Amino acid sequence: MILTKEQQAILDGEQGETLAKVMKTLVMYGDAFEAEKLVPITSKYNHLVTSFGLKVMSPVYDLMQQLLDADVCSDQKFSVDPRPIDKNVPANFLQNLVFNKFMYTKQGFYEEQLEKLGLMDKNAFSCTCYMDEVGNKPQKGDVLSWAESSAVVYANSVLGARCNRNSGIIDIMGSIVGYVPYFGLLTDEGRKATWIVKIQTTKKPEAQLLGSAIGMKVMEDVPFVMGLDKWIGNELNDSACAYLKDFGAATASNGAVGLYHIANLTPEAVELGETLIAEGAKEYIIDDAELERVKNNYPVIWKNPKAEPKLCFVGCPHLSLEQLKDWTEKIEAALKKNGRKKVTLNTVFTAAPGVLEAFEKTKYSKRLKATGVITSYICPLMYMNNPLCKKMPVITSSNKLRTYTSARYYTDAEILTKITGGKF
Amino acid sequence: MKQFKGRVVTPGEVTAEAIVTKEGFNTLASFQMALQFGDKEVKCGDQSNKELYGKSMLGKALCLPQTIGSTTGGLVLYCACSMQKNPACMLFANHIDSLAAAGAVLADVWVDGITMPVIDSLGDEFLNYVKDGMKITVKADGTVEVE
Repeated sequence: MILTKEQQAILDGEQGETLAKVMKTLVMYGDAFEAEKLVPITSKYNHLVTSFGLKVMSPVYDLMQQLLDADVCSDQKFSVDPRPIDKNVPANFLQNLVFNKFMYTKQGFYEEQLEKLGLMDKNAFSCTCYMDEVGNKPQKGDVLSWAESSAVVYANSVLGARCNRNSGIIDIMGSIVGYVPYFGLLTDEGRKATWIVKIQTTKKPEAQLLGSAIGMKVMEDVPFVMGLDKWIGNELNDSACAYLKDFGAATASNGAVGLYHIANLTPEAVELGETLIAEGAKEYIIDDAELERVKNNYPVIWKNPKAEPKLCFVGCPHLSLEQLKDWTEKIEAALKKNGRKKVTLNTVFTAAPGVLEAFEKTKYSKRLKATGVITSYICPLMYMNNPLCKKMPVITSSNKLRTYTSARYYTDAEILTKITGGKF
Repeated sequence: MKQFKGRVVTPGEVTAEAIVTKEGFNTLASFQMALQFGDKEVKCGDQSNKELYGKSMLGKALCLPQTIGSTTGGLVLYCACSMQKNPACMLFANHIDSLAAAGAVLADVWVDGITMPVIDSLGDEFLNYVKDGMKITVKADGTVEVE
């Protein structure tokens, strides 16, 4: 890698040993991809993936402390993934004990570290930092040092920013030196599609199921998706963006997709069309049967696979304001149809603190509350991430949550039926 | 015995028993429960990975195509190395992905006394040949012996 004089000086330790180690990390990281240079970060804000003060992650907090002690911080402020706990979310005595006394005992300490390192504000905890209510939305062409797989794939694909699937810690290290290695999704060549995905379903495919199928097939490659605009339109409105948010999160967690192009919809696909497709791209056809095959192949690891669900999570990644309104109307209608007033199991909808504040100001907030649904800012994945939850039958329409926990996946329509007491 | 030649991502020499997955290795899903709740054998917790689920990863030669999933992957690997709960080595059939590379580099630069050789680009033939329980020897130049 060819470094500028300034970068080489940092690597040589002229600004201290800790900053030299940060630069060495970025150079070695870039060398693994034959990156020829480091390029400047141009986004206003950064986004970090590590939001949780898990006792077991002490090595991470020790490293952050090394950065703070050496006064090696970034001028760039950042948002961060959701907080892991919220007293509004149902938990029994034992769960509360495990959360507060064993698992997240470092939460307060780590949040103090985040504030010192440059957290945007006390509400900047969400995986959907790019939403208007959160305020970390990069411009097309911006170079980022973000982590959080669902945010990276959204920023690349829907916003047209440029970011590799950086790991936690690498995210803040890039921001500290102000540069990231130039490889992969930062380059024009790396943004070319090596898969053509043809959608041939007879109805609008479920976003999280379609994303899962594509992620598992293409792994870390870039897919160019044809035929989806027929179902979600060719305008990046609230509805299409919410669909792509959920779709992308599934591609990134069930596979390792960092960028997708949707024909006639996402910015680069609109601008460059099929010239984005690399020579020799492979083809994947998705029809109703393929989606059914993928869904039926998900393992169910509940102790009793026939157990009645005890808890439902919707909102991984966090819901948008429009999604919260849409769910409110659907739940009200389904409850009315089923002759009920309240949801039949503990149901938690998660969204960014800023989105929840905006939702509180709408007429929908009281209506959703009246159905018994609880809203929260937490990360459902972090909530589920313990053996007690593994014993509890939890359902979700998030394919990301299914991947990392024992939660069982159902489509949005099936979730609606389940929580409103309807029958399949 | 068969030899394969790969590219050295982080250096080292080691001999260990192979565990093999031909699917993408989800680092967070595989390590999270084991690290959090002190599983001494560091058993793979990824329910979606039928080849590795429930198998011990500690001190093994982890043979895989690439890692997938959450961008916490690199820091999870870094934590595993810091806590000495890491595989003996990681052997990638494909070019290494950004998350695994981050984990390997973070461990190499920031963890004292750790040696976890990481070799990539070993090819599909490597992954087709190697089976669970085989003896793996990693040489400093990226040569991997399988027997």
